[in-house]
Amino acid sequence: MAEKPRAKSDGLPTVVKSPTGIRGLDEVTQGGLPQGRPTLLCGSAGCGKTLFGMTFLYNGVVEYNEPGVFLAFEERPEDLIKNVGSLNYDIERLIAEKKLAIDHVEIERTKIEESGEYDLEGLFIRLGFAIDSVGAKRVVIDTIETLFSGLENEQLLRSELRRLFEWLKAKGVTAIITGERGEGTLTRYGLEEYVADCVILLDNRVDDQLSTRRLCVVKYRGSAHGTNEYPFIIDEQGITVMPITLSGLAHDVSTERVSSGIRDLDAMLEGRGYYKGSSILVSGMSGSGKSTVAAHFANSICQSGQRCIYFAMEESPHQIIRNMRSIGLDLEKWVNRKLLKFCARRPNLYGLETHLATMHRDVTDFDPGAVVVDPMSSLMGSGVTGDAHSMVLRLVDFLKAHAVTALFTYLGTGLAETATTEMQISSLMDTWLLLYNRESNGEHNRELYLLKSRGMAHSNQIREFILSSEGIKLREAYVGPGGVLTGSARLAQEARDEAARAVREQTMERRSREIERRKREIAAQVEALQAQLAREVEEDALLDREDTVRKQQLAADRVAIQTSRQTDARQDKAASKPLMKPRK
Amino acid sequence: MTDNEGYTLRLYVAGQTPKSIAAISNLKKICELHLPGRYEIEIIDLMKDPALAVRHQIVAIPTLIRQLPEPLKRIIGDLSNTEKVLVGLDIRPN
Repeated sequence: MAEKPRAKSDGLPTVVKSPTGIRGLDEVTQGGLPQGRPTLLCGSAGCGKTLFGMTFLYNGVVEYNEPGVFLAFEERPEDLIKNVGSLNYDIERLIAEKKLAIDHVEIERTKIEESGEYDLEGLFIRLGFAIDSVGAKRVVIDTIETLFSGLENEQLLRSELRRLFEWLKAKGVTAIITGERGEGTLTRYGLEEYVADCVILLDNRVDDQLSTRRLCVVKYRGSAHGTNEYPFIIDEQGITVMPITLSGLAHDVSTERVSSGIRDLDAMLEGRGYYKGSSILVSGMSGSGKSTVAAHFANSICQSGQRCIYFAMEESPHQIIRNMRSIGLDLEKWVNRKLLKFCARRPNLYGLETHLATMHRDVTDFDPGAVVVDPMSSLMGSGVTGDAHSMVLRLVDFLKAHAVTALFTYLGTGLAETATTEMQISSLMDTWLLLYNRESNGEHNRELYLLKSRGMAHSNQIREFILSSEGIKLREAYVGPGGVLTGSARLAQEARDEAARAVREQTMERRSREIERRKREIAAQVEALQAQLAREVEEDALLDREDTVRKQQLAADRVAIQTSRQTDARQDKAASKPLMKPRK
Repeated sequence: MTDNEGYTLRLYVAGQTPKSIAAISNLKKICELHLPGRYEIEIIDLMKDPALAVRHQIVAIPTLIRQLPEPLKRIIGDLSNTEKVLVGLDIRPN
């Protein structure tokens, strides 16, 4: 027996809850249905009430070891067993194991005559008997309103119903009472008057020929609960309710990065790629390479050993695998290794909400590190535009809460100014890659622009985007006078630049040769001057030596003359004196 | 209908409630008056054997079932409205 009050109790009395084991519903009700109390489950015909009830009982037995009783007013036990057999519920085994009891109450007004007063004690006895026979903790009564058409005395019926619900409470069983939806009221006979603890409304609406099942917890006394309408799906896996909006904005953010799978694109994102758990929008025209960007991402995720789900809305998995092989991506091996899972569903297979619900379940089951939705835009076509926006919002929230990196492709005009729908979605996205398909000079060329990427210093450049057999290459931005150049315009510009460079190089070469020549010339001049200088110094030294020799010669001569003319000198002296005298 | 046929009647009650007691006495009165000597009444207390409630599809208490003659007829209530009991049991009043 599972008595799990999931709400936090701080000494205050809280409603004890019985988990339904129905995916999503226990989240919406924060733990399940009020234990030991009846819950009213209402909805129009064919919206899944009986199945809901049976699932509640089946899960009760199988998952929580709580036996159950199904009191059927409408379907015979064998029909019931057959109907839920499609969900792989082995009801017969549970009955054989005395874990489940089904009692079919047959009431046909035409066969019954009423005479005087009566009560429904027989019903109580039967229910009590069934509960005791299996030790039931859970009871489903489907649909007790049949009594109103089977019996005349409505007043008596009402008082008996009131008594029944009180009796169920006294028994302490967790009960689901189903009721047919009435005009303007929750149930045709106003059962909500008696079952006041918890009311759940099921709905099956058809928009644009696509039906969507929805669940809403109208009332839950003494407990918080999600109040929105949540889509739910019924398929071979049972019932799944989608409480996506519950995830809110409180999710943890990661600083971890994941590669985009394109080296050049990673380089534009600080060299490290997207943030883990972020949402990436890749928008562009048809043929601009959106799927290729997506496939690279998926490939890279698988390469890193993580799982990835590829939601293919327009192409079949085989087609995607084949196409990507042509650019050198082998996605098939990841599929074989169970790292990549393709979920291919046509957008008009069912309504948006159902798409969302199945995606939700796929993600929960496969637990991927990343998902790709290709293309998102085809989903926007089904349902009302507002719905689509809310769906994306919930999907993004849900994926973020699970730290799943999500890449959405979007078929649009590829121009930021005119992309109104993209604008609406883009505010939910962390990174927005725009792929242009620009026509110029008679050719289309692909361009990629990183319009935004929250929380990182990303490149603001427009790159040329080239698909080759080795995958995507982003070429450096080539900005000419007319903007970014791509394709042959780029080649022409490159050629022009090359020519200009050659001319520049030649000029440079010429100049350096000139300088070299001048240098040599000057060096030669310096050499000549030095030689001249040396010559002059030598000459000077020669003259010096000649002079010395002459001086010595002169001195020697003078000595010789003096010696030879000693007397003469005296004579000269004497003679000179008289010459002087007369002057005095 | 033939007057020669015998009636097998089963009355389902749940304990000794006023309605049950009233039903038993009302039934006996009607039978004595209209079916003297050709009726058989079996009173089944579901409190003692609740499984019979399931097997015999009993919802309301008291319930009177005409086992014989065929076909099966059901009347619910304390049988205070004799007119309806006679219609229900297909008995033409004497």
